[in-house]
This record gives sequence, C-alpha cells and structure tokens, in this order.
Amino acid sequence: MSKVRVLVGTRKGAFVLASDGKRERWDISGPHFAGWEMYHLKGSPADPNRIYASQTSGWFGQTMQRSNDGGKTWEPVGNKFVYDGVPGTHQWYDGTAHPWEFKRVWHLEPSLTDPDTVYAGVEDAALFRSTDGGQNWQELSGLRGHGSGPHWQPGAGGMCLHTILLDPSDAQRMFIAISAAGAFRTDDAGKTWKPINRGLRSQQIPDPDAEVGHCVHRIAMHRSRPNVLFMQKHWDVMRTDNAGESWQEVSGNLPTDFGFVIDVHAHEPETIYVVPIKSDSEHFPLEGKLRVYRSRTGGNEWEALTKGLPQSDCYVNVLRDAMAIDSLDKCGVYFGTTGGQVYASADAGDSWAPIVRDLPAVLSVEVQTLP
Amino acid sequence: MIRVVLPAHLRTLARVEGEVTLEVEGQVTQRSVLDALEARYPMLRGTLRDHVTLQRRPFVRFFACEEDLSHESPDAPLPDAVATGAEPFLVVGAVAGGSV
Repeated sequence: MSKVRVLVGTRKGAFVLASDGKRERWDISGPHFAGWEMYHLKGSPADPNRIYASQTSGWFGQTMQRSNDGGKTWEPVGNKFVYDGVPGTHQWYDGTAHPWEFKRVWHLEPSLTDPDTVYAGVEDAALFRSTDGGQNWQELSGLRGHGSGPHWQPGAGGMCLHTILLDPSDAQRMFIAISAAGAFRTDDAGKTWKPINRGLRSQQIPDPDAEVGHCVHRIAMHRSRPNVLFMQKHWDVMRTDNAGESWQEVSGNLPTDFGFVIDVHAHEPETIYVVPIKSDSEHFPLEGKLRVYRSRTGGNEWEALTKGLPQSDCYVNVLRDAMAIDSLDKCGVYFGTTGGQVYASADAGDSWAPIVRDLPAVLSVEVQTLP
Repeated sequence: MIRVVLPAHLRTLARVEGEVTLEVEGQVTQRSVLDALEARYPMLRGTLRDHVTLQRRPFVRFFACEEDLSHESPDAPLPDAVATGAEPFLVVGAVAGGSV
C-alpha cells in the first residue's frame, strides 16, 4: 500500500509526518534541528530517501542538511553561497541602491532525474545549483545579471527567490519567482532569463504594468501541462496558458484575492487551490474563517472548502511554501499555518483534519508519495 | 591545548558534547583558534564568520577570562590563560540574536 511522508519546516525545527495511504493515522518525528528555522525541506523525485533541508539561524546563518534515509538521519553539507562575480546592487526599501547580500535559502528544488542535483532559491534573490548532493553550490548568475536586477526590491519578507518550477518535458526550461521582482523563465538551463510578467498589474508599484517589480507569492504547475501556470500574486490570482508570455486574472468570486499559497490537484490539471488571506496588512483569513478555496475550472469559479477547518476566531496565516499535494487517488492536500497546525485532506479538499495542532509556526510543507 | 566552548546549537551541528580541545600551531589568536576549529569541524564554516571575508557574524560573540574579545583584532594574541588551556575560549550567541 502506498504511503505518504509530509516534510514540515517550522520556525523552531523540522518535523516528518508519515502515514499509510489512508492518511488517517500519523507518526510524527521531530523536532529535527530543534531551535533552528527550517525554511524548506524537499525530497528528490529520483530518490525519495534523499531529502534536502535548509536550516538557518539568526545567530549562525545558513547551514544545509541532507538525508539519505528519508529523514531518519541527517548530515550537514555545503553552506557556502557566494554570488558569482561582483554582487552589484538592488533597490533597498527606501529606493536607494543596496549591495546584494546572501541571507538564507528559502526554497530547495531537487532535480527531477538526478538525486545529486538540487537548486536553491535564496535571499537576496539568486538561484544556486549543486550537482554533488549539496556539497558545493554555484550561482546561475544569468538570472541576477538580467538587466533589471538593479531595480529589484525586497518585499516585506525580504528579497527572496521562493519558487522554482522545473519543466518535466524540457530539461532546459525552468520558472522562478522573486518577491518583489516577479516571475522569470529560462529556456537554456539557466544561462539566460526573461521576465514573464506581462498581464500582471500591481498598484503598489509606480508603473502597474512594469516588466519587473511585481510581488509574486507563489506559482504552481501541473506536470502534464508545463505551459500552464497558476500564480498567487500579492493581490490577484493569475494564470498563463503560454509559459508566462501573458497572464490573465482568474480571481473570480474569491472573497479576497490576497494570499500566499497556490497548488494544483494531482490528477485534474484545471483544479487548483488557494487560501485567501484578508489583506496585505491583515495576514489572517477573512472573518476569522479558515477556508481553502478550490476551483475546478482553472480559476474564476471558486468554492469554499470548510469541513473540518475552524470557522470562527481563526487568525493564522498560511505562508507561501506551506501547501502541498500528494499523488494518491484521491489526492491529499496539506497545508500548515503560522499557528502551528498542519491540516490534511485525504479527499482532494472536501474534508480536513489536523495532523498536528501545536507545532511552531509552519514555514513550509512538502509531501512525498511513496510506494 | 586550547579549550573552546561552543553554544548548544553548534555543539549539536558539530556533534560534540562539552568542550572542544584543539592544538593550535604558533601564536594563539582568534584567527588561529577558529582556523583550527573549522579544520576539525568543517560543518562550522560559515556559522561563526563569513566564508569569504572571515568577518565575525554579527550575533556571534567571543569571550574569555570574563572579557568580551569580539571587537579585538582577529590576529591579536588571546590571553595567556586561553593559550595555556587554563581558561576556555567561549563562543556565545548574542542575547540580541536568534529569531522569534
């Protein structure tokens, strides 16, 4: 029988939640790396026992961990992230030029085919790659060297590269997103990049239609249709059907189109999920009701999923890397909150139950579907 | 023999318990002690000082003999009591550091 393993990064450690295919009873291990901020953990699609983890600390900076046994044991690997060449400057919050400074790894994206190859999205925004299992990291500096780099500026959470999507049909193509620069695509394995933000409108920047400067919160893809992307922007839920050449808003009847997470059903490429958050200054669910919204039409028409979720006095947030979907049938949907709950649905969102309720604030949730 | 006391998180990272003891060639300075520490425990590289500039991380402090040596030159000799092993070299996470 298939199993699932949920990898949870929190403000104070990592947790591994495991269950069989029924997803009713859970074994919980952790905290791993107790006391450290665990921004993200992700397993290799090519070898599910290979897991990479980003471990950070306000005192001691960035360290990296790797497991070869599905998260039972870990070993530190390389943590040297050095920008390629002269780092240059980007815009600071006050509009002045500010030198690029490495702060932390927000997101790890293992290769679809090689367990030793993994990408890291970092703050200040840049993309790094390791081809030796995380021991050594090299910047793919064509991204930061894009001519718009000096105009990028941090969002409230920092100038982070938080989304990395690998095209399963084209090894040369990947998509990334940066807060607050926008989305970018490479068609030559990271050598050169182009901004793909046409159609985004952001009232928070001087030119709402600018080529860069948009605060993209998350992008999601279904592996069967890599040219179709769904985006949760600062405000607005968007989609593209041409690999980012143009975007259309699909917020439709959402009660608020601010939010952080977005993800796609495992078997229905037009079924997508978001968690609407009240506003950019009120990072909690509207009316104190924690609701996942599902669209079965690729956007515009949304239904609230509430069964098993708190429908009063709930004021948590769901951060951008804190939703994941397994590939069982029916697919499981998981998300974690800043209140320390990890909720799971074993029926594609129709009903929910907490796996755990009292973890530290959840930064990231990933799930592995195992044989 | 130089005695080094690491904060709990770094003891866990380096998989050591209690004090670390090091042999340091030549003059005993912050730099020579940290070089020896990182050579023995490579996973500590980047956690105390920057990989490239070797500057102390902002929220890491170095104490010894009830003195804060954090702002001393990394090439200044450490107190004799540290050099002889009578007193440990303390690596401390600053009170102001950490996260919520």
